[in-house]
Amino acid sequence: MNISLFDVVGPVMIGPSSSHTAGAAKLAKTARLIYNDKFNKVIFGLGGSFASTYRGHFTDYALVAGALGMSEDDENLRRSFDIAKEQGVEFEFVPVEIPSVYENTARITFIDGDKEFFVEGASLGGGRILVTNINGLACEVNATSPTIIVQQRDVSGVVSDVSKILADDGINIGIMKVSRTSRGDKAFCIIECDEIISEEVQQELRKVKNVLSVAVVNITSEG
Amino acid sequence: MYKNAQDLMRQCAESGKRIWEIALENEMKLTGVSREKIIENFGVRLEIMFSSARKALKEKQRTKGGLIDGVAATQYSYSQGETLRGNYINYIMSLAYSCSEVNASMGKICASPTAGSCGILPAVLLGVMESKNVSREKTIEALITASAVGAIYTKNATVAGADGGCQAECGVASSMAAAAAVYMMGGDDEKCLDAAGFAMINVMGLVCDPVAGLVALPCAQRNASGAVNATIAADMALAGQIAHIPFDQVVDAMFKVGKMLPPQLRETAKGGIASTPVGKAIMKEIFG
Repeated sequence: MNISLFDVVGPVMIGPSSSHTAGAAKLAKTARLIYNDKFNKVIFGLGGSFASTYRGHFTDYALVAGALGMSEDDENLRRSFDIAKEQGVEFEFVPVEIPSVYENTARITFIDGDKEFFVEGASLGGGRILVTNINGLACEVNATSPTIIVQQRDVSGVVSDVSKILADDGINIGIMKVSRTSRGDKAFCIIECDEIISEEVQQELRKVKNVLSVAVVNITSEG
Repeated sequence: MYKNAQDLMRQCAESGKRIWEIALENEMKLTGVSREKIIENFGVRLEIMFSSARKALKEKQRTKGGLIDGVAATQYSYSQGETLRGNYINYIMSLAYSCSEVNASMGKICASPTAGSCGILPAVLLGVMESKNVSREKTIEALITASAVGAIYTKNATVAGADGGCQAECGVASSMAAAAAVYMMGGDDEKCLDAAGFAMINVMGLVCDPVAGLVALPCAQRNASGAVNATIAADMALAGQIAHIPFDQVVDAMFKVGKMLPPQLRETAKGGIASTPVGKAIMKEIFG
């Protein structure tokens, strides 16, 4: 059986819908962790079934909660609109067309002044998610194990420097994918690990030559 | 690793272990998490299930559209007096209603297997545990047994209403709960799976037709009836009724029935109860 029992009995979540509430919160929280910077506004572009049914399932509250860093089982999720106001974060919902094979899709754009950063993804059902695009770069991140997203200059040596740091800290790499926008330009390295990535390791990774940014999604299937 | 019920039963027979033990060992191999930690995690989930099953018994929850506000308290209060089916069955219904009410009011629940069907397994586990004085340890073993049954549906069929109708959500939850109830009553693994099969056969073809697309009506009622159905199915198996159709074939039949259901009856709010004149009027009133 390649299905975890906790995917059957779970997730523990705020209702009412695992795909439209829990999945939405997890997707937005993952997006925030990937962005990993300050923001004063978030635009939630909703595609597919998210666009037509989001109000009935509190998808809007869940997305805002996730963008503020809450998990799908956080009882403050129902207060997320008020909490956003308290923190001075503006938000809006707009319909978007996201070409995708998935039914529930969202593009989450974080805005800080005139700087923008977006993360696109889908809620797959049962609280599972998939991040499909990070600021223009196609990817596949499901955030079921701790994941590191490194943005680097597309030059030799960066990947080996990064993996050496992880190896030195006893972190086992499960899956590693490298992709780039164009040769010699920017590249992304997405690393799924077996262990939680500590703040120290993140700092070390940020010091690596030619690394532009490091984001860590320390979400596990147990929440 | 097991891929279906037949496989699981073969491993039980070869090792002399129960379903929950095989499922637990599989989980350890799959996730690398220790036995103690997995059991601890199940304990945490059991508490969340019980807490959602009790929360709305005396305290009405406020849900979007207000369609099921107070359903648990109504049934619970009735269960304390003279009833047709008895206090116990009415109490189990109120527990299932409570979870559904908590879920629809943005409260904390544990999906099992989905949020829409989150009342059935907690209601049966708590109802049987209390009335039959089953230990917490054995109840967790029953929960793992139910999870193993759910995993077979997840792998070989579907647990999404949008794919297979309500039979895939409340039907599967009822099937999982039936297996758990048999385990708690001391039935063997074969009877656990027989009960799981009976529960599904009893509701095969059940459509998903939520009024206004909300996880409320008739979801809450189907959670209450699904919990009772689980106890009926468990009693059938415990009585020694012959299952005839192997559990894996029941799962396969459910999957095929789900595929035959038109889209209107698969969570689109365009058929069944949702498309009745009153159902449509409710939708208009809530969303304009």
